[in-house]
Amino acid sequence: MVAFDEMKPDTSGIRRPYSGYDSWLKDQDTARLAEKMRDAERVFRKTGITFAVYGEAEAAERLIPFDIVPRIISGQEWRKLTQGIEQRVQALNAFLDDIYHRQEILRAGRVPKELIANNEAFLPEMIGVRPPGGVYTHIIGTDIVRTGEDEFFVLEDNARTPSGVSYMLENRETMMQLFPELFQRVKVRPVEDYPKLLRQSLAAVRPAAVKGNATIAVLTPGLYNSAYFEHAFLADQMGVELVEGQDLRVVDGHVAMRTTEGYKQIDVLYRRVDDAFLDPLTFNPDSALGVPGIMDVYRAGNITIANAPGTGIADDKAIYSYMPDIIEFYTGRKAILGNIPTWRCSEPDSLKYVLEHLSELVVKEVHGSGGYGMLVGPTATKKEREDFGKKLAARPSNYIAQPTLALSTCPILTEKGLAPRHVDLRPYVLVSDRIQIVPGGLTRVALKEGSLVVNSSQGGGTKDTWVLDD
Amino acid sequence: MLLGRTANGLYWMSRYIERAENMARLLDAGLRMALTRTASSSEEWNSVVVSAGCDFAFRARHPEVSATAVADFLLRDITNPSSVLASIETARSNARMVRTALTRDTWESINEAWMAIRRALAKPVDQRDLTTVLDLVKRETAQIRGTFHGTMLRNEIFDFAQLGTFIERADNTARILDVKYYVLLPSIHWVGSSLDNYQWESILRSVSAHRSYRWVYEADYRPTNIAEYLILDARMPRSLAFCYRSIADSLRFLADAYGARHACHDSAAAIQAKLRGGTIKEVFDTGLHEFLAGFIQDNNRLGDEVARHYRFY
Repeated sequence: MVAFDEMKPDTSGIRRPYSGYDSWLKDQDTARLAEKMRDAERVFRKTGITFAVYGEAEAAERLIPFDIVPRIISGQEWRKLTQGIEQRVQALNAFLDDIYHRQEILRAGRVPKELIANNEAFLPEMIGVRPPGGVYTHIIGTDIVRTGEDEFFVLEDNARTPSGVSYMLENRETMMQLFPELFQRVKVRPVEDYPKLLRQSLAAVRPAAVKGNATIAVLTPGLYNSAYFEHAFLADQMGVELVEGQDLRVVDGHVAMRTTEGYKQIDVLYRRVDDAFLDPLTFNPDSALGVPGIMDVYRAGNITIANAPGTGIADDKAIYSYMPDIIEFYTGRKAILGNIPTWRCSEPDSLKYVLEHLSELVVKEVHGSGGYGMLVGPTATKKEREDFGKKLAARPSNYIAQPTLALSTCPILTEKGLAPRHVDLRPYVLVSDRIQIVPGGLTRVALKEGSLVVNSSQGGGTKDTWVLDD
Repeated sequence: MLLGRTANGLYWMSRYIERAENMARLLDAGLRMALTRTASSSEEWNSVVVSAGCDFAFRARHPEVSATAVADFLLRDITNPSSVLASIETARSNARMVRTALTRDTWESINEAWMAIRRALAKPVDQRDLTTVLDLVKRETAQIRGTFHGTMLRNEIFDFAQLGTFIERADNTARILDVKYYVLLPSIHWVGSSLDNYQWESILRSVSAHRSYRWVYEADYRPTNIAEYLILDARMPRSLAFCYRSIADSLRFLADAYGARHACHDSAAAIQAKLRGGTIKEVFDTGLHEFLAGFIQDNNRLGDEVARHYRFY
């Protein structure tokens, strides 16, 4: 399987977007670059840019490896990507509104009813609820993979609580510290506006009754959450409070936080807590992470929750395979960005095919995330495939399968110099009364040679992502 | 606007940074004493453990008092919540929790101190390296304080952190004085006399006051002078009077910022009045131990009142 290399696709030379970088690189000394790489690690350690890996007692806080070779996208490529993403995001919001109201797409038979009714991500509590500003999914991180010069596909929609945006910002900050001269030579579009845009975007969808400035807070599960650094980082950068469930309670029909001067009303909550833990009175009664009664406040229209409860139904892996239909249904046009062909193992013919072709496919759990519980057929051992096949046959509707894509590669700096590794891309989208996409995103890279798994929990790293101002 | 939980985190962050530093200073004084003393040093190490307020926990873990055991317990033992290692862990975890309230410089200095101290205490510390390690702890905590004072806005965030620092410090000074005084004083009749005993220096050394004491009193170590210096001299940065001047300042700033006074303001004012108006003679008339025990209790109560009025929980 030959992958498309974004810097040097064949012997003919360097691709245009990388030409400026390449000419700079030629003047660099490899030993100095390696030293810069260690500098970067020190910066991350010192700043405490870490994430926790569940189940690893010793390395409670780990760094996500950072690679100093940027991933570069031309202005023209970016324009096409953003058009596709905007269309997709519009469709996702229209789909959510429809699913929690008239359910026309189900009546039209374009998406099977049972896929919604039997889905844990569908929240009956949201039926008939219209969120402030009519927005369901405010912050989206669309995972995109590339397989060739003009071939981009959406891998996942991440419409509930996408993480990683702090790495996009810190990676850029680090690169600018390490190589200031490089940014003089290559014109890169800035990403540092993101926190400001996020704040504006959240303020724009405040409850209608709130005149004047909205009070915004970020809700974190707390210190021991894997993405705690990011929660603190975003609250800090936006200049809003970072709250935990224990800080909040419902006071006079509003959600309020306990301050040194008493309780103060919150208008917009950017929550990084899953639906199930949001309100112990409505969902998981054992949750100490949420706010008892917040769903009543929400249904009364007195608080904006971003993203809205129940958005998970739109990025469910089983729904994913219907996205081309969903986009066409709501926008009236064909999807600009394609899906990866997907076999739904719930369908007998597909299951048969998948079981017969396990060695070629990637099989994922419908509700899984973070690269856990998935099988990468071509790199799995025979035993692993057999074991997985049994699980799959026992609960077929729990799985989908996709072809193993030759993800594009981008060079990383290794001990032996530059070497290609597979990458994906997660741009971040903000939805309020408009759709905004910061020019850049998080490039995740599989550090192991030949590996296709880019997840940070599975040993992946990240790169700074450049969108050229050309 | 400040979350109650954040105020709580700032308060405890500062208390534990202060505690880590005090623990290092206490050990330093003990080490010094053990080196200069001819007789058995176990008595001195014993008084270090008692001064640290953890003799009970120590005895549960170690059958015998020795330099190695005491140093390990006060520096590295994570089951001892006041050990340097446990203190810096707690301080850093509180700092992580209130990260959005700290300047980047302050957060990084705490994070770096945590990394450096953790590295230095990863393995048992050899007696020969003890001084180096204690210096490191003192330097790292001084660095945090410097960064904090140099970069933080003087608002309520600063005030809650200051309250933590000085309530902890006052507790520490009072406890050292209480314990050591009676360990060292041969008989109550000696209180007013001049004692040419280098042990007295250990009290002053544990609060880094052995040089400045001589600037002020120019004489031998006299128990009444030492007590006066550590309790009533508001120029001495670890004295009870100094701590309470800072505490009163911070509480006044909070009252101004919020436009409201609470019972904790009255409590602090009452304690401060005792320290400001009192003489060392009156303290000894009450009984030094009774005075200090009462102070430690009042100091703790003030901490609870602050937590209650500013909704820490």
